Amino acid sequence: MQYEPVIGLEVHLQLSTRTKAFCGCRISFGERPNSQTCPVCLGLPGALPVLNEKAFGYATKVALALGCEIQGFVKFDRKNYYYPDLPKNFQISQYDKPLAYNGRVSLPAKTIRIKRVHLEEDAGKLLHEGLDGASRVDYNRAGIPLLEIVTEPDIASPQEAYDYLTKLKAILEYLDVSLCDMEKGSLRCDANISTRPKGESSLGPKVEVKNMNTFKGVRDALEYEASRQLEVVNSQESTVQETRLWDAQKRVTISMRSKEEAHDYRYFPEPDLVPFVADRQSIEAVRRSLPELPEARLKRLRERFGLSEYDAGVLVSDKAMADYFEECAGLYDKSKALVNWIMGEILNRINLKKTGIREAAPPVKDLVELLKMIDSGEISQKTAKDVLTEMADSRQGPRSIVKAKGISQISGRQELEDAVAMVLEKNKKSLDDYKAGKKNAFTYLVGQVMKETGGRANPRLVNEILKRSLGR
Amino acid sequence: MPAIHSQTAHELKDQMQKGAFKPSAIIEDLLARIKDIDGKTRSYTLVNGESSRSTAKGLDSSGSKGALSGVPVAIKDNICVKGEETTCASRILKGFKPPYDATVVKRLKEAGAILLGKTNMDEFAFGSSCETSCYNPTRNPWDTRRIPGGSSGGSAAAVAADETILALGSDTGGSIRQPASMCGVVGLKPTYGRVSRYGLIAFASSLDQIGPITKDVEDSALLLSVIAGHDEMDSTSVDLPVPDYKKALVKHVEGLKIGVPKEYFVKGIDPQVLRAIKKAIDLLHGLGAAVEEISLPHTEYALAAYYIVAPAEASSNLARFDGVQYGFRAGGAEDLIDMYIRTRSQGFGNEAKRRILLGTYVLSSGYYEAYYLKAQKVRTKIKEDFDNAFRDVDCIITPTSPTAAFKIGERLEDPLSMYLSDIYTIPVNLAGLPAISLPCGFTGDELPIGLQIIGKPFDEETLFRAAYTYEQNTDWHKKRPNIT
Repeated sequence: MQYEPVIGLEVHLQLSTRTKAFCGCRISFGERPNSQTCPVCLGLPGALPVLNEKAFGYATKVALALGCEIQGFVKFDRKNYYYPDLPKNFQISQYDKPLAYNGRVSLPAKTIRIKRVHLEEDAGKLLHEGLDGASRVDYNRAGIPLLEIVTEPDIASPQEAYDYLTKLKAILEYLDVSLCDMEKGSLRCDANISTRPKGESSLGPKVEVKNMNTFKGVRDALEYEASRQLEVVNSQESTVQETRLWDAQKRVTISMRSKEEAHDYRYFPEPDLVPFVADRQSIEAVRRSLPELPEARLKRLRERFGLSEYDAGVLVSDKAMADYFEECAGLYDKSKALVNWIMGEILNRINLKKTGIREAAPPVKDLVELLKMIDSGEISQKTAKDVLTEMADSRQGPRSIVKAKGISQISGRQELEDAVAMVLEKNKKSLDDYKAGKKNAFTYLVGQVMKETGGRANPRLVNEILKRSLGR
Repeated sequence: MPAIHSQTAHELKDQMQKGAFKPSAIIEDLLARIKDIDGKTRSYTLVNGESSRSTAKGLDSSGSKGALSGVPVAIKDNICVKGEETTCASRILKGFKPPYDATVVKRLKEAGAILLGKTNMDEFAFGSSCETSCYNPTRNPWDTRRIPGGSSGGSAAAVAADETILALGSDTGGSIRQPASMCGVVGLKPTYGRVSRYGLIAFASSLDQIGPITKDVEDSALLLSVIAGHDEMDSTSVDLPVPDYKKALVKHVEGLKIGVPKEYFVKGIDPQVLRAIKKAIDLLHGLGAAVEEISLPHTEYALAAYYIVAPAEASSNLARFDGVQYGFRAGGAEDLIDMYIRTRSQGFGNEAKRRILLGTYVLSSGYYEAYYLKAQKVRTKIKEDFDNAFRDVDCIITPTSPTAAFKIGERLEDPLSMYLSDIYTIPVNLAGLPAISLPCGFTGDELPIGLQIIGKPFDEETLFRAAYTYEQNTDWHKKRPNIT
């Protein structure tokens, strides 16, 4: 029998509001433990939550960008469970009436349905390191607004899960509501995966996989889990409903708790927050204020700059990269050359340095100047690549680098004619070969001229002079 | 001139205005009274001798014009006062000193009130007798073999025994009114949302409300006007202007329509209580109020609904007492779960455990619909009963409690009989309405009986009008227990 995996993802997104979800504490990372706290987010006896309107606004923005319907009646619920990082031993969340539902994220080949989007509060963090076996709690994170985005089980492969996350992140970045950094925990992802006979519509026992720190980690964990489940069903056994943890070092998932050990969260309406009816007009105002989203931008970039689907796709998948491109394109009209540089040298640097484009690439005006120097023949393409690296690393303009290194292109005719003459003098054999009809001897001779000039010769001129000399 | 401690706040204010004495004299008199009496009533869990004196000294010279300048107030031990141990009379909160003031405390301080101390209560306000306190039970000043009522028993006893001038209590199912009734003082539960709950350690968030316990109706209006009003720290506090309650203190009820619910006068009520209430109704009728019988048909389900909703919320509200951050932590734990179990097993008393178990059960998956959701529907029905009744009447009169104060230990082992003590007060919380209890007579054993007047939402003024008129035409509020 043929089997297929069925995958659904739950993404938790920290919203980058100025203050926490239910109190006035500043959200600021890397601060002294418990310095960003107050009676409310510490859950001290007697303290009460008050909803941060901004958090609700950000959440609405995301929900609308994902094409969701917005719940008219907004209420919160308590999710009860015990853990030291949860100061009240319940989390304010939304249960039966999520903030929004029925959304979608479109991938090139298919649409992933969003089941629900809801607002809740983050927990604190346990610290164990350097405490001689003791544990301490840092509540700075407690109460930061979290948005949970849950898909329907529409994802058919680990790669599709990866693609969904990439696309979702791109959309979220355009909305500017979160740092969206999975490695720093501002975006987190848990995956639900089950296995069923191909063509069947019912779902198998669901396994929840946790503890992935990168999108690639999600894909790897799902690949492992899909094949583990396949092995189980192929040996005529059945998978069981459970929660498993991904071990990125050992590259396996390990069972954490079974269905029997699952929590009963005892949800009930949060009596300290009064339900309210979302104001239609302000929701429409948020809808109107939505920025251009990746899909619309892709279309616009293709139309306006004649980019290929692939190039435009790569650019818009990283908002900062597309912004960089557009800023350059505003100063430089050869968009094809521009996109080649970004997709080539600059993307390489981004991947190599694992940073954003603003760190990996030179400032916009410097890149544009560099490209114009190539066009005018001041430097060669090849030299330009080295200069680009130097520019990005040293943050200096192209002209000062070229000047300091003496690597401007040699376009002086007399200088090049002397060089060609010298090469021909030294390479009599190649000259004979050429005359005997061996055309690749020409290429060799060009290379020798370039070598003689330290790679700085203007290739167009070298070609022209060499041809003329050989023709004599 | 009567002793300072036996006076009301409005009397003291008048005297201070005339320059008869300064705040320090008041505080010294009250501290002496507490020293003499509190060994018998055990109303206080904490007395702030030093800070009261220094606040009073400051006021002596500044002569602050605050509404309660120089007036002593006792605070129920479930209301946070910055830097003062606040325990809810529970072992699990021993040593907890809140780093912040409850909004009501902030408002009292701003009004110049002097916080005398914290008063005893049933643990986490779970009880109607003050016996579930982790401290000694408070005793009724009218008969120290008897309970003062609860859960705000310490506040009511302190007011009745002249150990404070004013007190704050909290009322989830009758916890202000029932002890006020049993101690012969005035207790007001404001409309849900009238007074900020910020800083009140929650029992059942959708039912809790802070309110005044005072010697007479005028003081009740005075204290409410200081603590009432919207608070941006409490989403459930309502943004409505606070009326001038003093203007509601009028001595006439002509044309006032009073409803008397037939469901409240059935079996279980002490005949002496029944007689006193009937006489009170007659008196108001004689003063020109129209009295009519009304029906609140869902009354019989109120207690059951309450004992689902309140413990459900309590089980979640009390989850935070786990030994991690503050208060009591049991020693000898082997791991985290063991620490939770030991801390909560040793930290909570029996009634708290009973309610946590009850609440946890009714919220459990598979039971939620049958219990919690159903109870919420009953609650809506009860609210509708009142809404319907208030189409015809301006206020509703009932007994506050079916009996006068019972003996210490009498009901402690029988939770149901204890719960029945709040049968007339609980529906009011379920419906979120304001209600006041005021003295309306005594039993043959010289135990006070309380009259409950229930009003429309945010219409505390009608309560004050009816209560003030009744009070000014009777002498019950002038009687004080003979305790020295």
